[in-house]
Parts: sequence; structure tokens; C-alpha cells
Amino acid sequence: MSVAGLIMQQLCMNKFVSPTTGATISSAQFGILLALLFMPNSTLWGRALFAFAAAIVGTWIFVWFIQRIQFKDVVMVPLVGIMFGNVIGGITNYLAYQYEMTQALSSWLVGHFSLVVRGRFELVYLAVPLVILAFVFANHFNIVGMGKDFSKNLGVHYNLVLFAGLSIAAMITASVVVVVGSISYIGLIVPNVVAMFKGDRIRGTLIDTALFGAIFVLACDMIARTVIAPYELPIELIVGIIGSILFIGLLLYRLRHGRKAVRLGAAHSGGCASTVAQSERGGDSA
Amino acid sequence: MKVTELTKRYDGKTVVNGVSFEIPRGKVLSLIGPNGAGKSTVMGIISRLIARDNGLVDFEGQDISKWKSKELSKRLAILTQSNQIQMKLTVRELVTFGRFPYSGGHTTAEDKAIVDQALAYMELEEFQDRFIDELSGGQRQRAMIAMVIAQDTEYVLLDEPTNNLDIYHATNMMKIVRRLCDELGKTVILVLHEINYAAFYSDYICAFVDGEIASFGTVKEVMTQETLSRIYKVDFEIMEIEGKPLSIYY
Repeated sequence: MSVAGLIMQQLCMNKFVSPTTGATISSAQFGILLALLFMPNSTLWGRALFAFAAAIVGTWIFVWFIQRIQFKDVVMVPLVGIMFGNVIGGITNYLAYQYEMTQALSSWLVGHFSLVVRGRFELVYLAVPLVILAFVFANHFNIVGMGKDFSKNLGVHYNLVLFAGLSIAAMITASVVVVVGSISYIGLIVPNVVAMFKGDRIRGTLIDTALFGAIFVLACDMIARTVIAPYELPIELIVGIIGSILFIGLLLYRLRHGRKAVRLGAAHSGGCASTVAQSERGGDSA
Repeated sequence: MKVTELTKRYDGKTVVNGVSFEIPRGKVLSLIGPNGAGKSTVMGIISRLIARDNGLVDFEGQDISKWKSKELSKRLAILTQSNQIQMKLTVRELVTFGRFPYSGGHTTAEDKAIVDQALAYMELEEFQDRFIDELSGGQRQRAMIAMVIAQDTEYVLLDEPTNNLDIYHATNMMKIVRRLCDELGKTVILVLHEINYAAFYSDYICAFVDGEIASFGTVKEVMTQETLSRIYKVDFEIMEIEGKPLSIYY
């Protein structure tokens, strides 16, 4: 999950994009609902397939959208993503009410580990080859993250790598959502914290990001299991609380220490790849 | 490299109109002209970053659009103004990306040696493990040039390399450009606003006005009072310093 966030942040040149703020999670849930609606007897794998497809399409639409529109401010991009995600979530909820599926769906809306038993969790293994793939193409993602001109100069096919990378991120996310449900913030917080210490070269940070993400979830899970023992809280609750606190801290840190970076971001690459638009306009004016 | 009858339109407005010229090999060529004259667009087209509407760009016997992107990136490198990298990469990591067209994701010992050379050439060894966002504008620009050197291309295209640099760093940048040509034998094409830098450090100048070539030739041929006044529509005075024509405008 944190790896998915890392890839999305790099490709979109925006530190605040993640599976949560990029509509990937809500799209995956929408896919699960579609599977429940149209194929009530579908197996877990069938639902996963729907979730994969929906997550990929949802993320593509989001990125296509933010590439079209130029944002003045870096913070606008995740805001739009959250809105877009909520719209999809709204549709999901509406359909669920309409067909009396809210009960069935709630298990995927709030991430928890209580349903993770043998026969279900194996699906998460799908993420393993995807993460390996991400590692292999790490340098490609880095280069695409530096902009369209930069990629072309080095002979990297910008759009192909962008969409392949987003698809990988979406599939990793979907495989997690299908098994445990939505776990927000990890894809946002973990890559940011790791990047603060280790820089942005994906090759160098991918493993750290994955490990740190796992430790973060493990810690949250332990809290979830001990607070009201012998009962168990959904992990999403704990991750949500800790994650949002860290997120506010992160925002404040970026505003204080990275003011210049944030401003630069606003001026030069407000949105995902708006540097591209910038350069096109630049070519015109100069 | 030879350009014939290049045309580019944006929203019905023609920004480059029937531009033809040949790029002299192993020399420094500066593209100058007022804002909106189309010089950056021409640069974008000959570096395949911008699609053209009409015309031909012949690069070593083959049209530039027919080249495989990866092959081309071993022969031609471009730095644009939009390369404002916000990523937390070290200088060394950035320069290593220059080897990407050759080795993809896996850097070999040879790549490492070339990166070392590029860093040494740009006197960046002491900064190699610093993050680029911690460097000054001049150092960052040098890191970008080091990446281009590591890319090891015969042609180097620089879009306003002196932009946002103070006099000290801008002058150093121009000296580096000269060294790229004289010591490393590269063909360098620049877009410049500062005509005296163009006059002092390049071999040829191509001046654009309204999307067309107003004058193309050696520095001495282009840097005349009559030509410059016609291009920029202000009064010019030409003086000679160290045998090079420099201009004063007012």
C-alpha cells in the first residue's frame, strides 16, 4: 500500500497524492460493489478482478483530469482527488442502499483484519510480483516524475510509463482493499516520511517504504487489538486517527521547512505534469 | 542537422514560419531574438519535444521523428527551462540518470566511471552526495550540465541556460558551454536572451523575428548595428572587445 503511494507520488510529481487522495481506494470499492451486484455468487478472485479494473480506470480518470486542468496550488490536486473519491463513494453508497447491500459492503469500506483467514488472504500475494515489477522499473518512474521533457530527453516513453506505473499502483491497492478493506493514509504518510530521510530515488527507498509501511500497520494493529481486548477494533479506525495526526504534522512541516519547495511547486508544477503545459506555453512565449 | 521549411502554429497563430537552416557541426550556435519570435519553439522542434506542423528536420540522414527515442537520446540531449526538479535526489543520482539511455536501470562499472568523470569535469565531486534541492541555482545548473555530459551526446541543446542566474554564474555557464564545444567536441545549440553572451561565446548566431529567420551567420556577420536594430527595434552601438563584437543598446 505504501509502495503504491510512493509510485503515485512520484509519477504525479505531487507529495500529497496517494491511493486515498487519488480515488484509487474508492474506485476499488466501487468495483467490489459492481461484482456483488452483477455476480452475487462471484468468488473472491472474481471480485478482485472487478476491483482491479475499477481501481485502474478510476486512477486513470483522476490523473487524466489533473493533467487537463492546471492547478495553481499543489494542495489542490489531492483535494480534487478526495472530492472525486467521495463522488465515487457516494455512488457506491447509493447503489448499495438501493440494492440493500450496505451490510455486505461495509466489510470493505472499513479496513479490518478479522476476516483475514486462510483462503482469503492469499490474494495479497498478488501484490508481491507487482512490487517486484515496481522495483524493476523504479528508475523509469523516477524519470517520468521529473517531467515530460526530461523523460523524452532520456528516451523514456512518458505516457506509457505513466499509465503502466499508475496501473501497478492501482492493482497493489486493489489487492489490499479486496482482502482487508480500505486502509487510508498509509500510502500518503509512509512514503513522505521515508523520503524526508532517504530522498526520492525509488530504487533506494522502495524497500524502506514497504518495511516502514508494514511496521506502521503492525503497530496500529497491536493497538487495535489491545485497546478493548478481548475485542478488536477495525484497523482503519486506528490508522485513521494516527494517520490524520501525522498528516497534519506533515502539512505543517512542509509549510514551515518546505515553504520554498511548496511555492516552487505552485509556480512550476502545480498539478500532475502541469510542467508539461508550462513548457508548452513557455515554448510559445519565448 | 538540417532544418527545412519548419512551420508551427498554435491556435491558428503561426509562431514559426518557413524556417530553414543548417546547424554547423562542432560549433556553438545561439538562437536569439525578441520574446515570441519562435526561437524556443524551433529548439523544441529540433529536439523532438514539440511536434511540428510542417517541414523537415534532417538529423544525420534521417528525419528526427523517425529516430527511435532511445537511439536519439544517445546523440542529442536537451535541457529546458521546465527542468525545475523538486525531487530529493542527490547530485550523483541525477547525473547517473544521464546514463539511462545506455544502461536502463542497471548501471555498470563503465557508467559509474563516466559519471565520475562528468562530476569531476563540472567540479561537483564535493557536492555529489548533497540533495539537489539544497544547492544554489548555479550549482544545480552545473549538476544538470553534468548529467548531459554523462549522457555523452554529440549534440547538446540548452534552452536559456543563463536564465535566473546572476552575472557570475551566468558567465561561468557560458564558459562551460564554450568548453563543451572546444574540449569535448560537442555541437551546442543555445537559446539566449543576452545577445552579448551570444556574441562573445558562440561561433554562429541565428536571429529570429516573428517566427522567421532575420539573420543567420557567423557572430561578425550578425552582430552589426543595422541588423540588430532591425531585429530588436532599438538603437544599437557595436564595439569590439578582445576581437569580438559586443553591443550596447539603449
